[in-house]
Amino acid sequence: MTATIATNQTLLVVGGGISGMTAALEAAECGKQVILAERNATLGGRTALLYRYFPKMCHPTCGLEINLRRLKANRNLRVLTQAEVTAISGTRGNYTVTLKISPRYVNNNCTACGECAKVVETEIPDPYQYNLSQTHAAYLPHAMAYPQRYVLDPCIIGTPDADKAKAACKYGAIELDMQAETVELKVGAVIWATGWKPYDAAKIQPYGYDRFDNVITSVEFERLADPHGPTGGKLLRPSDGKEARNIAFIQCAGSRDENHLRHCSRICCMASLKQTQYVREAYGEEGRSTVYYIDIRSIDRLEDFYRKVQQDPTVKFIKSKVANIKLHEESSDLILHGVDTEGYHRYAEQHDLVVLAVGMEPESNGIQLPADMVADASGFLEGSADGGQFGAGAASSPLDVNRAVQSATAAALRAIQVVHKTSRPELVEGGAKS
Amino acid sequence: MNDLNRQAIANYKNDFLREVEERVEDGDWVRMCMQCGVCAGSCPLGNAWEHTPQKLFMMIRAGKREEVLSSDSMWMCTSCYNCIVRCPRKLPITHIMHGLAHYAHKLNMAPKGQPTRDIAKLFWDNLVKTGRVNELKFSLAMYFKDGFMQGIRNALAMQAVGMGLVKAKRLNPMEILGGHKCKDQGGIHRMIAKARAIEAHKKG
Ligand SMILES: Cc1cc2nc3c(=O)[nH]c(=O)nc-3n(C[C@H](O)[C@H](O)[C@H](O)COP(=O)(O)OP(=O)(O)OC[C@H]3O[C@@H](n4cnc5c(N)ncnc54)[C@H](O)[C@@H]3O)c2cc1C
Ligand code: SF4
Ligand code: SF4
Repeated sequence: MTATIATNQTLLVVGGGISGMTAALEAAECGKQVILAERNATLGGRTALLYRYFPKMCHPTCGLEINLRRLKANRNLRVLTQAEVTAISGTRGNYTVTLKISPRYVNNNCTACGECAKVVETEIPDPYQYNLSQTHAAYLPHAMAYPQRYVLDPCIIGTPDADKAKAACKYGAIELDMQAETVELKVGAVIWATGWKPYDAAKIQPYGYDRFDNVITSVEFERLADPHGPTGGKLLRPSDGKEARNIAFIQCAGSRDENHLRHCSRICCMASLKQTQYVREAYGEEGRSTVYYIDIRSIDRLEDFYRKVQQDPTVKFIKSKVANIKLHEESSDLILHGVDTEGYHRYAEQHDLVVLAVGMEPESNGIQLPADMVADASGFLEGSADGGQFGAGAASSPLDVNRAVQSATAAALRAIQVVHKTSRPELVEGGAKS
Repeated sequence: MNDLNRQAIANYKNDFLREVEERVEDGDWVRMCMQCGVCAGSCPLGNAWEHTPQKLFMMIRAGKREEVLSSDSMWMCTSCYNCIVRCPRKLPITHIMHGLAHYAHKLNMAPKGQPTRDIAKLFWDNLVKTGRVNELKFSLAMYFKDGFMQGIRNALAMQAVGMGLVKAKRLNPMEILGGHKCKDQGGIHRMIAKARAIEAHKKG
């Protein structure tokens, strides 16, 4: 008897961020059948929430646009949004995947005209602005959203708001009786591109993220700088809406720390260096950025960017991990206390806004993964022990976009090998023997 | 210079880091320090010391033996544990501070007249005699450590507190006559002698 594993040729990619899109497209463009399952209502992942990319300071929309164009042109790729993997069984080459698809309440007829949003009164914290602002409960996730279709938040279903939305839609796109579905799929290989999440800054007690309005995270700062963000691109601080001009960046907030994340998150040094340039962009020579760091880790060619920022007179570097932050009551400013390592001087520096360069944690921490998935000490995914599932992008390691895309391409190649071998049993080790 | 000190210098030459690693309690953690500065900034007394933990650890690596062992800083540690809680490398900083102080004491390099050191010595001598702390004798020893006249002055100044303690049964004037003891004083003394012997045989 021939030891055939299975014949399933389909490849599943979980997570539709830049890595998942890349892995799915690379495989689909090689002629493989691919299903891309994204949990959110849109593809794009966290890069869509960045203002600009280091090191070229280009807009993330540009890379997303190219990928979306490739995606629309490809017939081998099927995109499922609001789809979550709830179970995976089987082995390499022959998995059965259970997906739960939540209702969007909006069908293909939607033209993204936005009439429904105008009549819905309920507001919800906007997850695509890291909850910094509110959005109507009928919304388009963001300008680059794919699919370009509105979503109704489940909280208005069964309320007059839902009926109003339905009545406002001229295209019959709103279907209030849509139900959650569970689908089962056969796939040969799985790529986990579930990405990362920012470390919970409130856990870093001495920095008071949960106590001080003007202590924010780096991901929130990206939204402040973005013209599509809650402040229209102005660097306004949360406590009083005042323009923040003297900004502190605290590195390794939650990373390289046995009490929090053990690993170096690898991108946050570059992210802060980039963000000092947002301050320059906003105020020219008038802005002040101060970076508090243990050591700056701008890996290989990114070192050039660091050198450039070092030359910038508006940016000051202080080699010190800040010990604690105190509130200056009258001004709502913050006072950073610590001792610097170059000379052991004690400081108490006042800033009007503090940005915590929070670490990257695997998004998959906290979700149910297949039992034989192998992860590192921090939870970043390597792959399954049977060699049929792979980690890709920021799900596999804290990576910047460039490296995430490389990792996704590598994962696609490995997944292609799995389904390729599956289709030709003689290629499977021992498979030709009887 | 005492024998222990002479022997240590001969043993370790200029490798003070190794000396600390092998001879100071928890000293093997020192090389884990990444010089981030959090301990220095977190110490509530930090601005009162000459050498913060961060600085001491760097001085150890730089081989500044004399400066480290004669420093007064590790004697100032109040064991608040702020630094241990925050150190991203989980160094047992408080314990290293006490380890360094103890080592400097053994080599007789600790600063003379350092109050923490004096009190620790009085406390220890008081304790080992009977296996119990004689609080009355301990307080008196503290009052009189800087001479008789100063002792009288101290005792008068603390009179009200002392009477309060007596009233609350926290201090027994009869303790002056030898005081309470543990059951097996000889056992305690043998135990301490054994511990000393073990320590003397330790590496280094
Ligand atoms: C402050 C900051 C600034 C940054 N700036 C830059 C920069 O300027 N340049 C740069 O190169 N990099 C930057 N990065 C890094 C960049 O964000 C990452 O490299 C990039 O997001 C990785 O993409 P990804 O697709 O691997 O993960 P993500 O962007 O996290 O995408 C993962 C996707 O998977 C989905 N998903 C998660 N779990 C599931 C599930 N169970 N089922 C289905 N779908 C799921 C998510 O909804 C998401 O859409 C920055 C990072 C930070 C923190
Ligand atoms: S990249 Fe920089 S800020 Fe981020 S954890 Fe590493 S050293 Fe710290
Ligand atoms: S907090 Fe820890 S790692 Fe940082 S300087 Fe102090 S001992 Fe070293």
